[in-house]
This record gives sequence, structure tokens and C-alpha cells, in this order.
Amino acid sequence: MNAEAPLLSVKDYSLEFRTRSGTVHALEDVSIEVARGETVGIVGESGSGKSVLSFGILRILDAAADVRAGAISFAGMDMLAAKESALQQVRGREIAMIFQNPRTALNPIRKIGRQIEDVLRTHTSTLQADLKKKAIECLAQVRITDPERRYSAYPFELSGGQCQRVMIALALACNPSLLIADEPTTGLDVTTQAAIMELVSELARERSMATILITHDLALASEYCDRIVVMHAGHVVESAPTARLFERPRHPYTARLIASTPSPEVEIDSLASIPGNLPDLRRNDLPKCRFHARCDRAVAQCTVGPLPEATFEPGHRVRCFNPLAYTAP
Amino acid sequence: MTPNLLDIVELRKHFPIGRRSQLHAVDDVSFEIARGESVGLVGESGCGKSTLVRLITRMLDPTAGDIVFGGRNIGFIPARKFAETQFRPKIQMVFQDPTDSLNPRYTAFDTIAEPLRLLAKVKDYGELHARVFAAALQTGLPEELLMRFPHQLSGGQKARVGIARAIALRPELLILDEPTAALDVSVQATILKLLAELRSTLGMSYLFVSHDLNVVRMLCDRVIVMYLGKVVEQGPTEAVFRSPAHPYTAALIRAIPSIGGRPGDREVLSGEPRSPVDPDPKVCRFFGRCPKQVDRCRTERPLLREVGEKHRAACHFPQVEPEA
Repeated sequence: MNAEAPLLSVKDYSLEFRTRSGTVHALEDVSIEVARGETVGIVGESGSGKSVLSFGILRILDAAADVRAGAISFAGMDMLAAKESALQQVRGREIAMIFQNPRTALNPIRKIGRQIEDVLRTHTSTLQADLKKKAIECLAQVRITDPERRYSAYPFELSGGQCQRVMIALALACNPSLLIADEPTTGLDVTTQAAIMELVSELARERSMATILITHDLALASEYCDRIVVMHAGHVVESAPTARLFERPRHPYTARLIASTPSPEVEIDSLASIPGNLPDLRRNDLPKCRFHARCDRAVAQCTVGPLPEATFEPGHRVRCFNPLAYTAP
Repeated sequence: MTPNLLDIVELRKHFPIGRRSQLHAVDDVSFEIARGESVGLVGESGCGKSTLVRLITRMLDPTAGDIVFGGRNIGFIPARKFAETQFRPKIQMVFQDPTDSLNPRYTAFDTIAEPLRLLAKVKDYGELHARVFAAALQTGLPEELLMRFPHQLSGGQKARVGIARAIALRPELLILDEPTAALDVSVQATILKLLAELRSTLGMSYLFVSHDLNVVRMLCDRVIVMYLGKVVEQGPTEAVFRSPAHPYTAALIRAIPSIGGRPGDREVLSGEPRSPVDPDPKVCRFFGRCPKQVDRCRTERPLLREVGEKHRAACHFPQVEPEA
């Protein structure tokens, strides 16, 4: 394996769900790459396929899911062909995930220390006698005050921020090489959000762990990610290094998303919104560009396709028929 | 000077915990809302925002203090009797999650009509119909959606139904509890603009509860910052954001992520808030997390005092507004 190969690579991945009311075309031709130690943000509205993509990577999809095409490779392993037993070695140990609502993701009737021990017992060769010590170490690492006492706490005794710290301790207990954080701070206070994000990015840096940050908050992604992938209705519409994306967004959707994010500089009148909704993904005649009905730059080809992929700078890719143009500086 | 729409005077709500202890959810809070004014209420979860809102909407009885609404003290009316008074229709609320706060078995029409039936006692169907349609029109809800159930509506449409229900009675005070927290940014802007427009056309006052400070900044004339049941700072939005006087406010503002911002530039507020159960009256509530704390903060609790025009903060070492 050559040194340049990314840690995770998803290529032309298409995913459908068969439901009673028709086939949902959840993801189409999704490609993303994550290098070792890199933090990649996936942003987009709810329903754009951000979470389903991460479930697809871990192969923890619902039984109704049907992978139509594509390849996912993680550290040289073909994730789509791998046996369930091999996947179990990867999940939790190599790829860990933290979920949106820490309180519902933790077991409410088990002490948090025990929950960390469960992970250590399943995925590491820690000796039974050392489990408790190791679990307390994990709690201390995520800066939970008084870890010896908190070891025997139940989730309901902790605040939302502390629960999320426990989730992070669980996820990082086995030193994974990839962390998928699905909206890790939604529902937390801004001050707690800042502390949690600092913690995640610091721990990631220390261990040179790659991170996928799934969020709908562009501002948050801009602060913590090296690269950002913008998703809309199951398509990756644009991906670029963070500074580049905000400086020169090429896809009309990205540009609108940036303009609709409240910030200290914008007044309410200049705050943009995006008209319309995501298209119904159950349709069989989905247009090639799923944004075209909401787009102010739509042209005739948008519905006929095939969706082109343009590369502007190295690493700045856009899938649009009529991307925004900038005059040379 | 015209009298204020709402005057909150040393309002207090303590919940008994066990036999001896008291949880100080709202502790001697005072503020006012003028007619047509929009006031933002911010603070972390657990700071007493929701208790304060439930006191003002009179779903909870205060332990002490006055709630003066339109010149009448409504703090003495027992919560269970409040719905029968003339004040209930005048104080309405828009709830946080538009999905959870709509009855799944009511159509949008039924939802908007319910307060009209129960509180405005509209009996005549023609009038009911006209008023529901008028509220829908004002909130930009297309007529053809009125016969739909919540699961057939998008998030933005459900938010509009929630707002239409609240304004159908023409309230004087509208309390908005994180009205856009559950919405995508793409629809958030339209809802915020709708709220700004409704305030100017209907002349309502807003109490806007949120922890999205960027949103508060856009929509509110004045901000009140709460921490552990106490008001720690209040003042004109502009002034508070430009020069936050209390270290907690400053930390809150610094914690907002911004496009192009660098997380390394900010110091993160560490630790957890102190316990709200039987707090020591001599200790500043922010003690233990405050970057500026000294011994005095443990022996003498700071009171609200002037730091600029109409701008007050409860800190021994406030950042005083620079002279303009």
C-alpha cells in the first residue's frame, strides 16, 4: 500500500432504501476521501444523507438498505465485501462513532464506568484486574472532574456536556484511527459546545486520529475542519479545503448556505434563505441535479445531465452545470 | 413615559428539594419589557430561563415577587385560575420544537382554531374560518396546507403553524422559546424575517428565549443574560455584544463559532455551574468558573450595577463600556 493512499475512501457509492411507499434514492455517486489525521466536515440540511453515509461506512444500515454501486475502503480493507466478523473488529476499535444525543446513546441503567469497561473488554486485551483503572483513565482523559467518583455514576446524574464527554471516552477507549462525530454538539450550550469541540480536536491531534465531523452548522465546521464536503439530497455537491470553500464557493447551494448562516456581521435583511425543500427522494424521475428546482443559476442541461464534476484547484471539486465563476485576482 | 407592558419585580421561584433544601431556579429577577419591544433572554440550560417563562405565562406560581402585566399584578392569580382570566389570550407562546408542540391528530386549521375557540370563544364557524385564514395569511402559510396534518408538513411549515396559533389571538406579549432551534439554516432566515415583520405590523412585544446569540443579536432590542437563576447582565443588544461587561457574557459571545474564526483564539469556559440548591448568598454565582475571580467574590455577592447607558452587570470587575 502506498503512503499516499487515504485512510478512508468512498467511491461512487449509491444507496437505496426499499420502502412501502417506493424506493428512496438516499445516496447517489457519493465519493469522499479522508486522509490519516485529517478532519473532514460533512455539512448539509437535514435529509441530505450525512448520517446515512456514516452508517453506510460502518455497515450498520437498516435491513431495507440496498447498496447499488460503489466501493468503500478503509485502511486497505474492502468494507463492502468484508465479513460481519471482520467488520466487528473494525467497528469500535478502528472506526468509532459519537452520536448526536449522548443521553439516549448511553445505557441509562448501567454505570458509566461499566459501559467503558464493556468496550475495553470487547475490543482490547486489557486484563480483568486492570479494567477499572483503565476506565478511570479514560474518564480522566476526557477531563471529567473527579473520575473515581464519576465511575459509578449513571447517565441521568450527569449533565449533557458530561454525557457527551463519556461518549467520547467510550469512542476513544480503543485508540481508533477514525472518529465519526455525528452532530456531537447539537443540543448542548454554546459554552459546552466549545469545550467539547476543543476536547475532540485536541485528542485527535494528539493521536493523529482522522475525524469526520457531521454537522449542519457551517460556522462550526469552518473552525475545526481541514476540508469540507457539502451534501444536498444525497449528492456530494462540492468539496474543498475549508478556507477555499468559504472564500470561493463554486456551487450555488454552498454559496446560499454560507449566506444563510447568521453571523455577527450580517443584518437580518441580508440573511439569505434557500427557497423550496429537498426533492422527494422516492421519485423515479429525479433530475440529474437534485438542487435545480431551488437554484437561481439553473440552466437547461440541469435536468438531463449527466452531472459533470469540475476541479477548480487541487482538491476543490464541484458537481454543477453552471458553477459560480470568479474573475482572476 | 408610557408604562411598560411587563414589569418583573424581584421575582423568585424556589423549588423544595427534600425537607430542608431549596432549589433556587429564579432568584430575585427584575426586568421590564416596553410595548413593542423585543427582549432576548439568554443563558445556559439550567439557568432558569424556562422557569422564568413558565412564571410569566402563569403556568407556575412564583415564590415571591410581582409580575405586572399592562399595569395589573398577575403574579397573585393562581396558575390554575389563570386560563379563565382576560390575560391568558394576551400572553401567547411559540414553542421550541414545531413537531412536538403540534397535536399530531389536529390539522393545521384545528391547531390554529383551538385558541380562538377556547379563549376568544369564537362560536360562529364563518368567523372562526375567517380568523384562521387571516392568521395563516399573516404567517405565510398557504391556504391549501390548512387541511394537512403535522406529518404532512415540512419543518418550516410547522413552525409557521405554531406561530399562526400564537398570533391568532392578537397577543400583546409573544414568548418565543428557541423558535428556530429545530430548523435548518435554509429556512431559519425566512422564519426570522417573518417574526421581525410580524412584530412591526402587529405591534407585539417579544420575549425571545434562545441560546443562539447570533439570532438574538439580529432580532432583539435588549438582551438579558441569566446565570444560575440570576440576571448577570442586561442592556441594549448593541452595547452588550460590543462590550460585554460580565465575564460570563463575554465567554458566551466568544463561544459562538464563526465562519473563518479560529478556535485557538478563545479561552473555553471550564468546569460546571455551581449547584442551584441552597446557594451561598455571599458567593458570586459564577465563582469557580470565572477567569477574573478573587477572594472578594466569595465573601460578597456582586449586585447589578450600571456599566453604561441602560446597561447593567453583576460583577465586581465589570468591563466598563468605553466612552463613545
